[in-house]
Amino acid sequence: MAGAGGGNDIQWCFSQVKGAIDDDVAEADIISTVEFNHSGELLATGDKGGRVVIFQQEQENKIQSHSRGEYNVYSTFQSHEPEFDYLKSLEIEEKINKIRWLPQKNAAQFLLSTNDKTIKLWKISERDKRPEGYNLKEEDGRYRDPTTVTTLRVPVFRPMDLMVEASPRRIFANAHTYHINSISINSDYETYLSADDLRINLWHLEITDRSFNIVDIKPANMEELTEVITAAEFHPNSCNTFVYSSSKGTIRLCDMRASALCDRHSKLFEEPEDPSNRSFFSEIISSISDVKFSHSGRYMMTRDYLSVKIWDLNMENRPVETYQVHEYLRSKLCSLYENDCIFDKFECCWNGSDSVVMTGSYNNFFRMFDRNTKRDITLEASRENNKPRTVLKPRKVCASGKRKKDEISVDSLDFNKKILHTAWHPKENIIAVATTNNLYIFQDKVN
Amino acid sequence: MECALDAQSLISISLRKIHSSRTQRGGIKLHKNLLVSYVLRNARQLYLSERYAELYRRQQQQQQQQQQQQQQQQPPHHQHQHLAYAAPGMPASAADFGPLQLGGGGDSPAPASSPGFYRGAYPAPSDFGVHCSSQTTVLDLDTHVVTTVENGYLHQDCCASAHCPCCGQGAPGPGLASAAGCKRKYYPGQEEDEDDEEDAGDLGAEPPGGVPFAPCKRARFEDFCPDSSPDASNISNLISIFGSGFSGLVSRQPDSSEQPPPLNGQLCAKQALASLGAWTRAIVAF
Repeated sequence: MAGAGGGNDIQWCFSQVKGAIDDDVAEADIISTVEFNHSGELLATGDKGGRVVIFQQEQENKIQSHSRGEYNVYSTFQSHEPEFDYLKSLEIEEKINKIRWLPQKNAAQFLLSTNDKTIKLWKISERDKRPEGYNLKEEDGRYRDPTTVTTLRVPVFRPMDLMVEASPRRIFANAHTYHINSISINSDYETYLSADDLRINLWHLEITDRSFNIVDIKPANMEELTEVITAAEFHPNSCNTFVYSSSKGTIRLCDMRASALCDRHSKLFEEPEDPSNRSFFSEIISSISDVKFSHSGRYMMTRDYLSVKIWDLNMENRPVETYQVHEYLRSKLCSLYENDCIFDKFECCWNGSDSVVMTGSYNNFFRMFDRNTKRDITLEASRENNKPRTVLKPRKVCASGKRKKDEISVDSLDFNKKILHTAWHPKENIIAVATTNNLYIFQDKVN
Repeated sequence: MECALDAQSLISISLRKIHSSRTQRGGIKLHKNLLVSYVLRNARQLYLSERYAELYRRQQQQQQQQQQQQQQQQPPHHQHQHLAYAAPGMPASAADFGPLQLGGGGDSPAPASSPGFYRGAYPAPSDFGVHCSSQTTVLDLDTHVVTTVENGYLHQDCCASAHCPCCGQGAPGPGLASAAGCKRKYYPGQEEDEDDEEDAGDLGAEPPGGVPFAPCKRARFEDFCPDSSPDASNISNLISIFGSGFSGLVSRQPDSSEQPPPLNGQLCAKQALASLGAWTRAIVAF
């Protein structure tokens, strides 16, 4: 029962961890995005080195049904390479910012991956047979001398070791002046959007030499710039609706039927700022780092630096739910500004039934909030608990005052260990949590 | 929330971030620099309001001193009034700036010592000419249009220096003393022999040998309303200033000796603050 019960009713167990063990993290191995496909059978990660690694879940063993299938490496490929823009003298990072899967239509799988400037459509296909017995070619591919051919035979397919091939089918380039932060596939499965700091473009998956600009917030005079686009997503059901969030903490919902250029929003979601919380860093912590629609399409969730907010699409003036992720950091904003942690962009995700939401924090902690029971839980992704089916122990951060046993004080949190990317299986209680360079997979306890 | 850092430290930290972002892989991040510029703006507003309050307080003190001098020739029964006047407290109009922590305090030290200090801390007069009107060119990455931006500066800042040729006032003597005295007050860290470690940020420090000054209520940053900033609209490009500005700031030192002065945050912050009127939130290098 996916999502039944909440963060507290479920007992989360360690399942697997992927990645290097040593503490010396190579920069290229830093995970930058995590995404399950629509069935949950495949799990893709992108890293700073431009690589994509896809894991596939084993088919469940009917006899040993005490755990769900494990995820094993299915395919690895280099998606993006570093580039240099000679005109602007800018290096373009190969880091994969986002991966989005297309729904499966045939035997092959398709996904979109993007770095700062270029989006690519990849086809991942399996090959487990190969033709043998050509008349004109040897087995190694060399051509035979036709005069040596004395008989004819029909080539046949013979089984071979499974080979998974990834090939780039489309490359969508040169449409973004600023850094791409989001891609989102439309529910029509024909178009998708890509968003950078100031613009959102609409693409057709078949057409690479053209895109439509649907949002442009670049001011005529760049000196008047006050906000940038931080994330964008299509509505899961309405193919004409999308939202984009801004650095000012607002979300705009746009309807593409209204006009070609959706600069005027249909709805503006904004919560008035609490004046008692005003500080030097108010603008930074109100910047939204992620926006995700619920599977139902009725709600959307936003993540800013300290909280997660759930919005009802029918109510614009305030969120219906607000969850504090790590409020104890509010008094530390100054040091977090100095060490740049205040600019960390945390993502958030829904479970399959939209009853629980999850997001990451520091010290390799991640948090889950049950919307029904209003309970929350903090768990840690750590190699210390890495025996399979070990139940994770809830963690607690002590904000001030006397620290109880098993609590961790704010000052001993490791701010270099941050969980920015998490993903929840679309149907089951399986979660993928990315620490800096490791991918943890947790499952709920199955009796 | 109280910040452990004061406005000036925040400004220098922010400037450092912007400067280092220029050499980052992947190009300047527009989003991050925009957020940093908000912090800069907030810190600048605090700094400015403290400075205006200090200026006002200085004025009040001078008036009070003048009156005291006049009073000394008069019957002494007026004195208690001046004692009341001399009591530390927030001048009524300075309260408009919100509760503040005023720096330094006390009487100004002998002006004779200040010009030497003053020259060391600020560029030579010739450079103020450059400060007052300089141009930066900006390339828009989208349209590839090159525009030239005139950087205006807070006239008051220039004039207060009394070295500014464009202001047309030499303002030596008492003016200089007061201006220099003002400057000393803003950077009490400088009073201790330009000790870089202090970072000039400790506005609550009492000047050595000065009259103890009861500090006013500590600045509460949450009381600031950045939206009411009057010159938010006419501040010019930030990165373009510090694009040329950082190398410019370093090289602008007069009689620069064998080695260029260290690009420490304190010096940058001071020179940046001298150009406060010309800031913008946009990073036009994009």
